[in-house]
Order: sequence, then structure tokens, then C-alpha cells
Amino acid sequence: MATKAIAAIVGPGNIGTDLMFKLLNRSDAIDLRYMIGVDPASDGLARAARLGVTTSAEGVDWLLAQDEAPDIVFEATGAKAHLANAPRYAERGIVAIDLTPAAIGPYTVPSINLTENLDQPNLNMVTCGGQATVPIVSAISQVVPVDYAEIVASIASKSAGPGTRANIDEFVETTADAVVKIGGARTGKAIIILNPAEPAVLMRNTVFCSVPAEVVENQELQDRVTASIHRVADLVREYVPGYELRAEPQYEAPQEIWNGMARVAVFLQVTGRGDYLPPFAGNLDIITSAAARVGELIATGRIIPAKNADLSLEGAN
Amino acid sequence: MSPTPTLDRDGTVIGTQREVRLTDTTLRDGSHPMRHRYSEKQVREVVRALDDAHVEVIEVTHGDGLGGSSFNYGFEAVDSAELIAAAVEEAKQAKIACLALPGVATVEHMKQARDAGASIIRIATHCTEADVSIEHFQAARELGFETVGFLMLAHRIEPTELATQAAIMADAGCQCVYVVDSAGALILEQASDRVKALVDTIGDRAQVGYHGHQNLSMGVANSVLAYRAGARQIDCSVYAMGAGAGNTPTEVMAAVFDRLGVDTEVDVFKMLEVADKVVRPIIERLPVMDHGSIMQGYAGVYSSFLLHAERAAQRYGVPAPQLLWEAGQRGYVGGQEDMLIDIALEMAGQA
Repeated sequence: MATKAIAAIVGPGNIGTDLMFKLLNRSDAIDLRYMIGVDPASDGLARAARLGVTTSAEGVDWLLAQDEAPDIVFEATGAKAHLANAPRYAERGIVAIDLTPAAIGPYTVPSINLTENLDQPNLNMVTCGGQATVPIVSAISQVVPVDYAEIVASIASKSAGPGTRANIDEFVETTADAVVKIGGARTGKAIIILNPAEPAVLMRNTVFCSVPAEVVENQELQDRVTASIHRVADLVREYVPGYELRAEPQYEAPQEIWNGMARVAVFLQVTGRGDYLPPFAGNLDIITSAAARVGELIATGRIIPAKNADLSLEGAN
Repeated sequence: MSPTPTLDRDGTVIGTQREVRLTDTTLRDGSHPMRHRYSEKQVREVVRALDDAHVEVIEVTHGDGLGGSSFNYGFEAVDSAELIAAAVEEAKQAKIACLALPGVATVEHMKQARDAGASIIRIATHCTEADVSIEHFQAARELGFETVGFLMLAHRIEPTELATQAAIMADAGCQCVYVVDSAGALILEQASDRVKALVDTIGDRAQVGYHGHQNLSMGVANSVLAYRAGARQIDCSVYAMGAGAGNTPTEVMAAVFDRLGVDTEVDVFKMLEVADKVVRPIIERLPVMDHGSIMQGYAGVYSSFLLHAERAAQRYGVPAPQLLWEAGQRGYVGGQEDMLIDIALEMAGQA
């Protein structure tokens, strides 16, 4: 049997728990060994323990004191906690996959720039809304210049845990920054809405991009933009099966109040796989699926070969 | 008769010292029918006139608050911070307020508004989501703002639940929590029962306000009942300039309170002049009770959706009132203007 990379999840909330199910059920390369929290009464820790994962409520201090240190840590706490923990992981040579908006490492969206970042010690997963929308901005900006991109993410209230609620500005700022830095837009904006409707609403995202008038006037160019959007959506769907366009991209002619630019609007829906929260929580699914994908590739590409080299490579894969 | 001052838990006097404060939102909620295209000159004229009529608070911001300038809500002609700075220059006695919706506006936007001279921040969330505003209230107090909280679409939950959400805001540093009838759906006791529940729960540490819309023609009546249930701050707008069928008209509210012997300290004669001579000439589209806006009140739909629904309806060839009805059925909340295009696409068979 091939050696697997040892992993820990720090932060047993909604995101950490959903990620746990993905790693336990779907990973060939990751051995999820630890779930770490700070509250002994945490439901997430109890759930992890029931599934045979070693748990501790004594935080990262406990984790780093273990004889068998993790190769990869998935951080699902909050930005402040990750800022404090990141140097400690780095010191031990532990790869950090950061699901908080701390963004110490480069923004990583598997469908855009995964391979560029695989050798990084710390990779940031942007935000749930960023994972859903930045690929579309990138798809458009690969074909035509995007002067301004705006994303609107709406999620079910029930899927927004206390960390998200206490730091909603971080979502807005991190997502807008990623729209520019890896989406390729010149400027960006992000909006998030929590909706308490019952039955719970599916995660929805709308991407608006300001594009040259030519995109509306020139059908061939417009077809290329549309094809690029579909191609990228297919890529995302490889790791998030419930990711879909609600309708064909909508093109609108230039308007004076849009600085004379045309607009393309893309309407997205993300149905979760229901690993932890029910399918409405596509926002959990998209960021944990992306993180699991990144972890899997790092484990197979870097850690497992090194470990198996010690075991003379026998049985790799 | 001078009203009893409201004290917070530290014994500091907070909120209005008037018997009832009228907060005029012509330059914020009224930004919706103006498609967020107010010019600096218009803002200066309106503020000067309202200030002269002795309105206590004037709200100036993009209709969807700070940071609202966007594809989703409409791009503003002039940056909100610039309009706030102009308003502050014109106001001699009135305080200038601005709106912020967490999820759209960040603390950074609030700092810019404070730097521009705004003295009151009104932080709005959907009625069940008050906890997303905690960081903003804390930051607002540190920035030295007087604070107001908005529980939007307040008809969607029962009075006791609403009061629980109000307490979250009050505990975070909010000095006045509003029952916000964003859909203009509340009718008489439905408004005052909510106000009373808030007064009973947070009255020991914060004031309570009421923000009405005219979609079912209830703005003035609901506001009077809200006052009688203990509300000390009432929102209104000249010529009802606001989303949907508009807000409670300021000039009517001032006259009605005066006739009821409730002292707003607003000069009724001057208010009528302001409405006719200053505001009326700049209005491009008067808010009216019509098929779309009455449907909003009836279906409990966020009033700001009106113009967005009309645009989507026109583009995709579907009826706007039905689109609004559907938005109500699906439980969309403030900020989800993008979903109106989505519904229109579906109605047109394209999604």
C-alpha cells in the first residue's frame, strides 16, 4: 500500500467538518489523522472522534507536540488564528492549506492556477464566493480585457457559521482582491448576502464583468467568451459536481453609466454534495472541494514521492 | 414638554432629545427613484432647505448604502463620500447620517464616511441576520459615530424574534434599533406590535425607530402608531422619495405630528415649501402606488427591487408585477437584485 500524507484539520466548524468528510471518503493520498479545536464541547470534535480521527481541544500547541507531525495542515479557523499559526507550521516544514481569509500564501483556485502554487509552503483558498466566481472572471479575462468585475454571492443563513458572520468584511475584501489578482480584472468588487428563507436556498453567485463594446458587436468574439466560460465551468465541475450555469451568459450593450462599456453577466448555482450540511450549502462544498483537490495534488506530487523514496518507491500509487 | 432622555447602560444620554426625531432620507432612500444619480448641487440644495426647516437628521448615501455603487444596484453619479462632505458643509443644525449594509459596505467605507463628516451611521441587516453587524457597530463606536441599526424586511418575522435580533444590535453598541418595513407590508398593529416588542426588550439601553414605505399606503398611519408604541425616531422622505411607492412623506408627517401635538421641532410651513420649491423640481420619477409597488407591499418584496424588476421585465419580455410576486414567493432579501434577472430568465424560458 502506498504511503499517504498525514494531514490535520485545524478548526472543527462547518468548513472543517465538511472537509473532514471529503478527505475521509474521497482521498487516496491523504491520511486525515487529526482534528484540532479549542473547545472541548465542540460538536465538530465529537463527530471527528466518532469517525476515528484523533482529536484534541488543546489547539495547535498540542498538534505540534505530537511525535508524528502532519505533512499538511488544513486551516479552517479564522484569519487571526491562521496569522498566528502559519509561522509555526512553516517552521516545521508543514504545508498549510489556508481556508481562512488570512491570505498569507498565494490565492489558489484549482481551475486557474493550481499547478503554479504546488511548491508553496502556504496556499490560500480565497473564499467560498471566490472559488465559485473567480474562475468565471478569469475565463472572460483570458479572451477580452475586463475593466471591472463584480461578484454577488448569496448563501443560506444556515450555512454561514460564526466565523463567517463575525468577519464578513474579510469575505468582501479578500474576494474582491482575488477577482483582480487571479481573476485578471483591472478592478473588482464583491458582495455577500445571507438569506434565511426556508427551505434553505442553494448557493447562488452572479458575476458581472465590464467588457469592451466589441464583445456585443462581434458575434465571433462573443462566442469565444461564451466558450471560455463553459470550458472553465467544466473544469470546476471536475471537483465540484454541483457547479452549474443557470443560463447562457447574458450580454448587454454599452451604457453611458457603465462608462460606455458593455456587460456580461453569468448566473451560477452551486449544489453541495451534502457531505456534512445538506446540498443547499454549496458554499461549503466549493471551498472544501477545492482545498481537498489542492491537498490531494500536493500529497501525490510532493510528499508521497519523498516518503516512498525512503521506502524505495515500492507500491507508489 | 421636554421628553425623558434615553440613557445607555453607562448613563450616557443617547439618541434624540426631541419628542420624536424625523430622519429625512430623501437623499438616501430617494436615491432609488433617482437611479443613484443625485448631483452634488442637488444634494446641497436639499440639505440647505431641510436644515432650514429644522429637520434633525438628513441621510445622504447611495440607496443601497456605502459601497452600493455597482452593476447590481446601479452606479452612483457622485461618490457617496463626496455627497456626504457637501451635505455636512451645508448643514447648520442637522446631523448627516449615512447607511451601511454589511456584506456590501465594509468598515473601510465607514471610515471614509466619518472622514467626510457623517456623524450618524445606520447599519442595516436582514431582520434575522443582526449578528453580521457586530463588528461594524463596534467599529462605528470607535470611530465616534452615533449608531442606528436597521432590521430590514421586518414583516418576515414575529415581534418577539425581531426583538431578539434588536438586542444583538443593542449589545453590539447600537443606540437606536429600527423596525424597517422595507416591503411596505406592515399594516397598523403589525408595525406597532413590533415597535413595542423592541421597546420592551431594549428600551432600557437604546431608542427604537420606524422606517415605513407607502406600498400599501400605510407609511403615515404606521409611523403614528409606532410613535405611540414608543418609537422616538421616524424615517420619512420628501414627496415620499424612496424605493417602491416611496417612504412616509416628511411634509405630511411633520403636519400630522404637529396636529397630534407631538413636537418634532420641524417647521411645517417651511417643510411644505421645501417639498414644492426644492425637491419637486429635481424629481425625475415620483414614487407612486401602482401595479408593481402595491404588489411589493402585498407580496412582501424589498422595495428597492422595483426599478430592477422593471428593467429585467422589459429586457426579457415578462410582466414586472409577476416577477416581483415571484421574488416574494422565493423569499429573496435586500441585496439580491441579481436574482430578478434570474427569475426573468426563467420566466422567459431561458434558464
